[in-house]
Amino acid sequence: MTVLATANQPTLEDFGHDVWWIVLIKVVGIFAVLVLLTLFAIVFERKVVARMQQRIGPNRVGPRGYLQSLADGLKLAFKEDIMPALADKPVYFLAPVIACIPAFVAFSVIPLGPTVSIFGERTPLQLTDAPIGVLVILACSAMGVYGIVLAGWASGSTYPLLGGLRSAAQMVSYEIAMGLSIVAVFLYSGSMSTSEIVAAQADGNQLSFFGWEFTGPSWFAVLLPVSFVIYVIAVVGETNRAPFDLAEAESELVGGFHTEYSSLKFALFFLAEYINMVTVSALAATLFLGGWRAPWPISIWDGANTGWWPLLWFFLKVVVALFIFIWLRGTLPRLRYDQFMHFGWKVLVPVALVWILVVATMRTVAREAELSTGEVALYVGLPIAVLVLLGLFLAGRVAQRDTRLAAAEAAAGSNHPTQPEVEVLPAAGPRHRPTTGPSRAEGGFPIPPMDLKVPPSPRLRGREPVAPSGGVVGTGRRGSTSTLQEDGDV
Amino acid sequence: MSLVAAAADTTVQLSGGETVVFWVLGPLALAGALGMVFSRNAVHSALWLVTTMLCLGVFYVVQEAPFLGAVQIIVYTGAIMILFLFVLMLVGRDSSDSVVETLRGQRIAATVLGVGFAALVGAGIARATQDLPVIGLAGAQAEGNIPAVSELLFTKYLLAFEVTSALLITAAVGAMILAHIEREPGTRRTQKELSRARFLTDRPQTHPGPGVFARANSVAAPALRPDGSLAESSFATGTEVQLPDQMPRPTGREQLGSPDAALGTTDGTPSGIPGRQS
Repeated sequence: MTVLATANQPTLEDFGHDVWWIVLIKVVGIFAVLVLLTLFAIVFERKVVARMQQRIGPNRVGPRGYLQSLADGLKLAFKEDIMPALADKPVYFLAPVIACIPAFVAFSVIPLGPTVSIFGERTPLQLTDAPIGVLVILACSAMGVYGIVLAGWASGSTYPLLGGLRSAAQMVSYEIAMGLSIVAVFLYSGSMSTSEIVAAQADGNQLSFFGWEFTGPSWFAVLLPVSFVIYVIAVVGETNRAPFDLAEAESELVGGFHTEYSSLKFALFFLAEYINMVTVSALAATLFLGGWRAPWPISIWDGANTGWWPLLWFFLKVVVALFIFIWLRGTLPRLRYDQFMHFGWKVLVPVALVWILVVATMRTVAREAELSTGEVALYVGLPIAVLVLLGLFLAGRVAQRDTRLAAAEAAAGSNHPTQPEVEVLPAAGPRHRPTTGPSRAEGGFPIPPMDLKVPPSPRLRGREPVAPSGGVVGTGRRGSTSTLQEDGDV
Repeated sequence: MSLVAAAADTTVQLSGGETVVFWVLGPLALAGALGMVFSRNAVHSALWLVTTMLCLGVFYVVQEAPFLGAVQIIVYTGAIMILFLFVLMLVGRDSSDSVVETLRGQRIAATVLGVGFAALVGAGIARATQDLPVIGLAGAQAEGNIPAVSELLFTKYLLAFEVTSALLITAAVGAMILAHIEREPGTRRTQKELSRARFLTDRPQTHPGPGVFARANSVAAPALRPDGSLAESSFATGTEVQLPDQMPRPTGREQLGSPDAALGTTDGTPSGIPGRQS
């Protein structure tokens, strides 16, 4: 599989021989990239979420508002640093630092590109690598938990303590699912070093499907789909992001573990959270999405995987992964804590264990029967995957049958889930639904009125309503002239 | 790598980096151990122990056992110590150690015995490993550290490995059985059933909390309706209803004046509000 791996693919022997100034350039470069990506990710998140909620988002500082997070960062640095009276001072001071340092360290084993030439020195675009590369990242994320737990404890207040305890339990549990999801990747690539995992995804498998020869996909996201899905879910829990952001659930815990923090210390927590997001996105790209190698249509071009181009593909993949994080936050409501733990321990971990068993069995079968990996995936994996998906679909329909029937009845006008025969009440007001049906006030699910008309905003007194009916009601801005501008503004 | 090369000529030759790491992290690990013993606060003790464990993990990596080092950090420092901290935090943050000795002379005896034991073990190990040639590391992990460890684990030490895992699983199951509360299936309604039942009652919404629109936040102070009457659904069970003094209610336009006057004065009358110019 590694026959076609190109000459600029670094191996483990290439690391540890850099001149000191190359190391310095790489360290400073990674630091700068992480800080810039954090600034970008915050604005990007606010813009994307705003777009999803039909708002404008930040649009004041810099071109199209893209310097907003820089301004916010400067503002945070100049705010008053508050030390709570009940705080445990040394730990309170150390906690944000402990949260931040592992986040930066974890990125040092991420391969950003192939071997390139920096001022005449041939060196891989990766700070360092080790036979235990991925384990370094796991160890760093394990250390990051301390920052959050200690912040919650040292604040000397109830809500931060509860937030810290929640996040400790959450991150330890989801780390297990995350670690198990990566095991299958180790099995396939035969290595734990990040650069060798990228090398293992270099070339597709040659397949012949009833005489039709083609090159199969080489990304582990395609070869190991279950691992990929588990990884994606687990890292959302691991980074405390919505819908798994129970450690800082605003409606329950004010701000969670960082409620008592202000100024630069708060900024450090923010930085750590976003760097963790970037790191797990980069790890997803490395382990499952081919690392710095160009995706398929581009990879036909021979120069795509040489020189500095891979840096572009890599960061594109990272930004796509970041977008998915933001998309989840904009779409899904927060889980209840017990359901969240139930999901982690009783669904993700067992599925990951069974999947490891399946992968190991398939690899043994492939070795005994002398099939290639791709052939096993094609003839064994695909049919099993289709069967499992079909089974899950049917099981889901059976389990949701009651709700589905109730929903169908509700849509038909009878929205009383337990008593189909209710006395007929006249519906209040003009409705689109037939007036002979029972009223929704009778009981049953709360359904918003279908013909709700939002009154025009009192701020728009004396003007025409912005949206007469059915359209976007109002953006909260004064005047209707500005709403016209806003369309092209986001 | 340098250690592997050095092992070939059967003499211990530490590389420069390894020496630096040892002399930086060695004192730190020792300080962590001492800090763990001498800290009054249990959480501080745990943190000092974390420091020592981290230093040990780095030592393993430096001594050509990277897998062991990573496992030390992930499992011991990352998971087990976090659970320790978890328990300590639940105990409470003011639970510092008492300085009162329950046994007379216990502190001195413990110090003497501890120092003696450390000296004995240290001297023994130092004597045993003095001038000991380090050989065979390259042969032991010819294909790298991780394949060598895994091969030993799944061949020579398979039984010990499996027995240990069985022991751990037994411990986990035992803890779960001890903490488990037996509940008849069906005795507790699910959230779905509860929600459905609630929406079939007259009152699907939550009860108003005490003190809504009222001047006190005591549980005994009932909520007020917008018209000023008491909301009976907010009466607390088990306490007498207590009515706090009400603010005089403005009766109309004359009392309030114009909307601007309700916000304050516009001319320079003396005001008790700080920051307002008099």
